[in-house]
Amino acid sequence: MTIAIVDYGMGNLFSIYNALDYVGGSPKIINEPDELAGAEGIVVPGVGAFGQCMDRLCRFESALNSARECATPIFAICIGLQVLFEASEESPAARGLGWIKGRVVKLPSSVMIPQMGWNSLSIKRPVEMLQGIEEGDMFYFVHSYYGLPEDKSLIVATTEHGVAVTAAIAWDNIFATQFHPEKSGAKGLRILENFVRSIRC
Amino acid sequence: MLARRIIPCLDCDLGVPGGRVVKGIEFKQIRYAGVPWELASQYYADGADEIVFLDITASHERRETMTSVIKKTSRSVFVPLAVGGGINGVEPAREVFNAGADKITVNTSALKRPELIREISDRYGNQAVVLAIDAKRRYTLEEGREIVQTEQGPCWFECSFYGGRQFTGIDAIAWASKAVSLGAGEILLTSMDRDGTYDGFDIPLTSAVAKRVKVPVIASGGCASPQHMLEVFKKTDASAALAASIFHFGEWNIRNVKTYLRERGVNVRI
Repeated sequence: MTIAIVDYGMGNLFSIYNALDYVGGSPKIINEPDELAGAEGIVVPGVGAFGQCMDRLCRFESALNSARECATPIFAICIGLQVLFEASEESPAARGLGWIKGRVVKLPSSVMIPQMGWNSLSIKRPVEMLQGIEEGDMFYFVHSYYGLPEDKSLIVATTEHGVAVTAAIAWDNIFATQFHPEKSGAKGLRILENFVRSIRC
Repeated sequence: MLARRIIPCLDCDLGVPGGRVVKGIEFKQIRYAGVPWELASQYYADGADEIVFLDITASHERRETMTSVIKKTSRSVFVPLAVGGGINGVEPAREVFNAGADKITVNTSALKRPELIREISDRYGNQAVVLAIDAKRRYTLEEGREIVQTEQGPCWFECSFYGGRQFTGIDAIAWASKAVSLGAGEILLTSMDRDGTYDGFDIPLTSAVAKRVKVPVIASGGCASPQHMLEVFKKTDASAALAASIFHFGEWNIRNVKTYLRERGVNVRI
């Protein structure tokens, strides 16, 4: 069960690799778009700023679009979630993948930015990827912006940081978290395990 | 709402094969606590929210590297890892990030060359740069110092470097504020007066820095009991409490401490 971790050259993918390996997936870090073709699952990790991320991710864009159409399970993390949107306040000139209609906006100035630390989930809709996760379970967040989809039904979990912050999104074969499951202890591993299982099905 | 974090700190002597975790008392006397990555795994299982590794190797002959310790740890520990001790440029920072570290902490090298903070945060983001401050109370008041009221009278706080062996003349509160403007995303604030004393955190110091900066402050130095953690969380805006001896020497484990705190109304991750 090869899970391709998209390496778009922003560094440390060690944690997500180790976490997927730990829960029984067979992760492989890939550097070339054509390597996505054989993958049974794809992880889009998030590092850096929105514009910087898209600059480096754009060469994978058509391969990711094909994987999406082929119903390959895709898991996007942190900035990986944000680039699924069309654009972000962080980098107004940059264009995202545009899979989700909506905007990526900055956290309110009344709270600590970036949000950094453990925050609890409020589950909006039960999905397979959140199996074993309960209301109030805590996950590790590090971010200054968050996604606001036009279609609110895409949001499966939120967290409270000044406002209700989109914490997880799911539709079709796509699942995305604003938090880092690979840094969120046993509960984070459980979500990654759910992902590995969804590939086996 | 963000949870208050409990962070065990591993002071690592890498002068022996595999390395060993040591704990000094008032920055001097030494006790041994175990192998770094084994202790890290145990603390992870006990519910640590994050783990800090500090390289305090004194001998010139190194038998283990921090990158190797972090690589071993990150195979089975899935919470944020912070690494410090001797990181004096982007290249050594890159090495530990590539080994699986999420944050680096800088102290002496940043005091000597503050631009280091900007260099690392530009490349890895503010959230990846923790400024560590070792602060000591000074009751001789001087012009231009940030004065804090304590039970022992008004004082200012002086930054130390080289692991507490030398003093800088730099005001700790002003330095915290400057470091944040340079890109530090978090302050690891150790009271030299309290470190290893088991007298509890320096509340006036923690409170003053947490009020002054907008980034998370990790209180450190002097923790010997869950009551001390409760006190620092109730009386200050510290985002996290760091401790070493209390966990190393079996007095309390992290799970017990968190249960104690939660029962008393502190928002912690169980």
